[in-house]
Amino acid sequence: MTPTLQIFLIVSGALFSIGLLAALSRRHAIFILIGIEMMLAAANLNFIAFWRFGPQHQPPTGVMIAIFSIAIAAAEAAVGLAMVIAVYRHYHTTNVDQLDQLRG
Amino acid sequence: MNSAAFIIIAILTLGAALAAATLQKLMHAALSFAGAFVGVAALFFLLGAEFVGLVLVFIYIGAVAVLIVFTILLTRRDVGKDRGFNWSGVAIAVAVFSGLTWSILKTQSLSIIAPHIRALTVKRVGEALMTSYVWPLQCVGLLLTAALIGALVLVMEEKR
Amino acid sequence: MSSWIVTNLWLIPALPFAASLVILSLSNVRRKSAAALAVIGQLLALAFSILAFLPTLQTHGFRVVQNFNWFTFGEQTLRLGFILDPLAAAMLMMIALVGLCIFVFSVGYMAEDRNFVRFFAYLSFFSGAMLGLVIANSLVLLFIFWELVGLASYLLIGFWIERPSAAAAAKKAFVTTRIGDMGFFLGMLWLYNRSGTLLFYDGGNGCLESAGLAMLGASPAVAGFIALLIFCGAAGKSGQFPLHVWLPDAMEGPTPVSALIHAATMVAAGVFLVARVYPLFSLGAINGVTPSLTVVVWIGVTTALMAALIAVAQADIKRILAYSTVSQLGLMMVSLGVGGVAAGIMHLLAHGFFKALLFLGSGSVIHGCHGEHDIRKMGGLRRPMPVTFVTYAIGMMALSGVPFFFSGGWTKEEILHATAHWPRSHATYYLMLAGVVLTALYMTRQIIYVFFGNSRSASERVHESPRVMTTPLIVLAICAIFFSVLLTPAWPWLHTYLTGESAQFELVRLIQPMFFVSLVLVGAGIGFGIWMYRNAGAPERNRPAEIDPLEYAQPALFRFLANKMWIDELYNRTVVAFSWMAAHLSDWMDRYFWDGLVRGFGAIGQLFAIFTTSVDERGINAGVDETTAGARSLGRVMSTAHSGQIQTYLGVVAIGMLALLLLYAWLA
Repeated sequence: MTPTLQIFLIVSGALFSIGLLAALSRRHAIFILIGIEMMLAAANLNFIAFWRFGPQHQPPTGVMIAIFSIAIAAAEAAVGLAMVIAVYRHYHTTNVDQLDQLRG
Repeated sequence: MNSAAFIIIAILTLGAALAAATLQKLMHAALSFAGAFVGVAALFFLLGAEFVGLVLVFIYIGAVAVLIVFTILLTRRDVGKDRGFNWSGVAIAVAVFSGLTWSILKTQSLSIIAPHIRALTVKRVGEALMTSYVWPLQCVGLLLTAALIGALVLVMEEKR
Repeated sequence: MSSWIVTNLWLIPALPFAASLVILSLSNVRRKSAAALAVIGQLLALAFSILAFLPTLQTHGFRVVQNFNWFTFGEQTLRLGFILDPLAAAMLMMIALVGLCIFVFSVGYMAEDRNFVRFFAYLSFFSGAMLGLVIANSLVLLFIFWELVGLASYLLIGFWIERPSAAAAAKKAFVTTRIGDMGFFLGMLWLYNRSGTLLFYDGGNGCLESAGLAMLGASPAVAGFIALLIFCGAAGKSGQFPLHVWLPDAMEGPTPVSALIHAATMVAAGVFLVARVYPLFSLGAINGVTPSLTVVVWIGVTTALMAALIAVAQADIKRILAYSTVSQLGLMMVSLGVGGVAAGIMHLLAHGFFKALLFLGSGSVIHGCHGEHDIRKMGGLRRPMPVTFVTYAIGMMALSGVPFFFSGGWTKEEILHATAHWPRSHATYYLMLAGVVLTALYMTRQIIYVFFGNSRSASERVHESPRVMTTPLIVLAICAIFFSVLLTPAWPWLHTYLTGESAQFELVRLIQPMFFVSLVLVGAGIGFGIWMYRNAGAPERNRPAEIDPLEYAQPALFRFLANKMWIDELYNRTVVAFSWMAAHLSDWMDRYFWDGLVRGFGAIGQLFAIFTTSVDERGINAGVDETTAGARSLGRVMSTAHSGQIQTYLGVVAIGMLALLLLYAWLA
């Protein structure tokens, strides 16, 4: 049995859910970033899978979007981690529970 | 496409990801994160997008994971403290996963087998990047520069 | 080179306009640069005018138009254009040349003035507008420039705004010409309604060409009315009776302004306008006579004679020239009315030179006499001011119509000739002859008072004007003499140039019986003037020195004429008084009737407002207060959901996404 598109999508869905779990459940700010990166990777996996199973075009659109989204995710990670350091310097904590200045 | 390889890679990837999401020690979690991305890259290889897989390895394991490790080291004093675990997040994640799986399985048009395709060479990717996608490429370059400068500004010493 | 200017005619008015704009931005002390800019702008305009003039010489009846779209609304397109034909080219030459002389003269005349820079800005502005006026190929464009010259005239008459009389004169000029322009505007609208275009020439479709005239010819009465309405504007601008009253008062402006605007160019614009739209006036003519042209003739005759009579009894040197201008413009109108279009325009051009010369000469005299205007206080100026005297005498002889050597004589002769052949009436011819005598008389009187006899109170310690002022006088005097070469009946070059024929040289035509009639009459006028005023300004028998000899002989007549036939007083009693009464009545109505009405309504409104206030406060406010209190407490409850916890927000987003996903899958 060769893997179908469905199987890939379920794997990517699982990866996404694990990322969501990390982003929602962990208190440390770095875990939120890790979770977001995993969700982005799941999305990229989706793009590649659809490109592989769908009709072929020149240029390979799915691959291109994956490349660009990786680049953007890298930028996002850099800024996000810089924010973690800045927040840590200012509040002396990386615990997002304690960052509630936006409370209504 | 080798189904045995796929099953092994998938299990390893998801296991590493789950470890990255749940391990208590941050350093362990960061390493598992790198492992999970190796798995994703392997899946890309399996799908025939070798170039993207290599990019993923370079960027995530070479850059992002290292960056995370550095951040952990820089915020080390905070690491030892006790961290609670939010179980409602687990519930939401499980619900999302079941919803996604249900809707994917429900859609019959997705149960297709990969067709034979022409190999995606780096030359083709490069040609596409330098012709049709040259404009977005420049924009991404600009974005990365801006992000670099932004990150530097953010971590500069605060003026008192 | 010359064909290049034909397609870029707009450059000619644009240059003085540009100079004006630059000068306006200069500070008040940059006198030299202001004068230099204005003179250079005018010089370039003259150069371009000459370039434009050259191609019109090559073919007879030369006419080039360039039309362009100004704007479009719906299906209507408003088109403007520029035209170059002998009429426009000749006017361009005259305006540019006379303008240049006057610009140079002004440098000397205005040297002491505080607002020297502003003066040159206005002057350049006027010059640009006037040059644009003569090359307009559309009644709308002509009207625009027409109003711009009117504005320039207003600004320059009131240039010495600190004098109340100057401000009043500017206002009077503006309002009076506006009355005429009202007619012009109505005529323009009516013409557009009838012919569908306001372009003069448009390759056969213009309103002065066969197609447009055929449309108008369907009802000749309407065409006549349109022509008369346009003539209203011309009459206002050219100081024709009964709208002439502003022109003598306009002499309150600086003398170069009087020379440029109120003698040589702007006031002639009315004559030019009639000549330009002449096909409208002559539409459906029988034997060269139409009702509208007849009106033009009689207005012109009235104006010419009345103004000449008034000029005899004036004491202000510039006022005499102003009435003379009015009279000469009347003469031109008569010429146009009787069918002598070319003769009228020739007189316009010749008049532009010699009247500018006379005004500049009077400016030189006033400058020398330290600002004195009253000719009875001058006298004996021929010795201290020789250049001014000689040039002034040349101008005077040209104006009086002394034949052979002076341009005015030949053009006046042409007009008399045209008048004599008018089929409607011979009276105009005899009345015009009377005008010739009067012109010679008042000019003789003036020149005797100013330049002969002994010096009187204002003419002591008089000096000749500086070179910068006398040079333009000499140039204009030469023009006034040599211009006549183009005008003689033996070689009527200008006449044929304007009518589009070729000139033949025939010496025989110099000798005509009518010529001797006017020769005798001019001689009679000058001779009578010399006899009458031989001892002017000096006591004689029982007449004191300050009394005019004519006043001594005919006190009642003199008083009537010296007071300008009481026309201003008549207008004050009738038109102005009526406006005054109407204004007072409106004021009273406003104050008591309408105001009372408005106040009554206001009181009703107030009562209603008191009633609604009580309803508001008792009934509606309570309901609104309840609602807002509810909204506030609801908000307090809702705000607790904002925990500030980023993970909570993220969780809510995830739940929302899940809900959307399930909804989509369920619907599919």
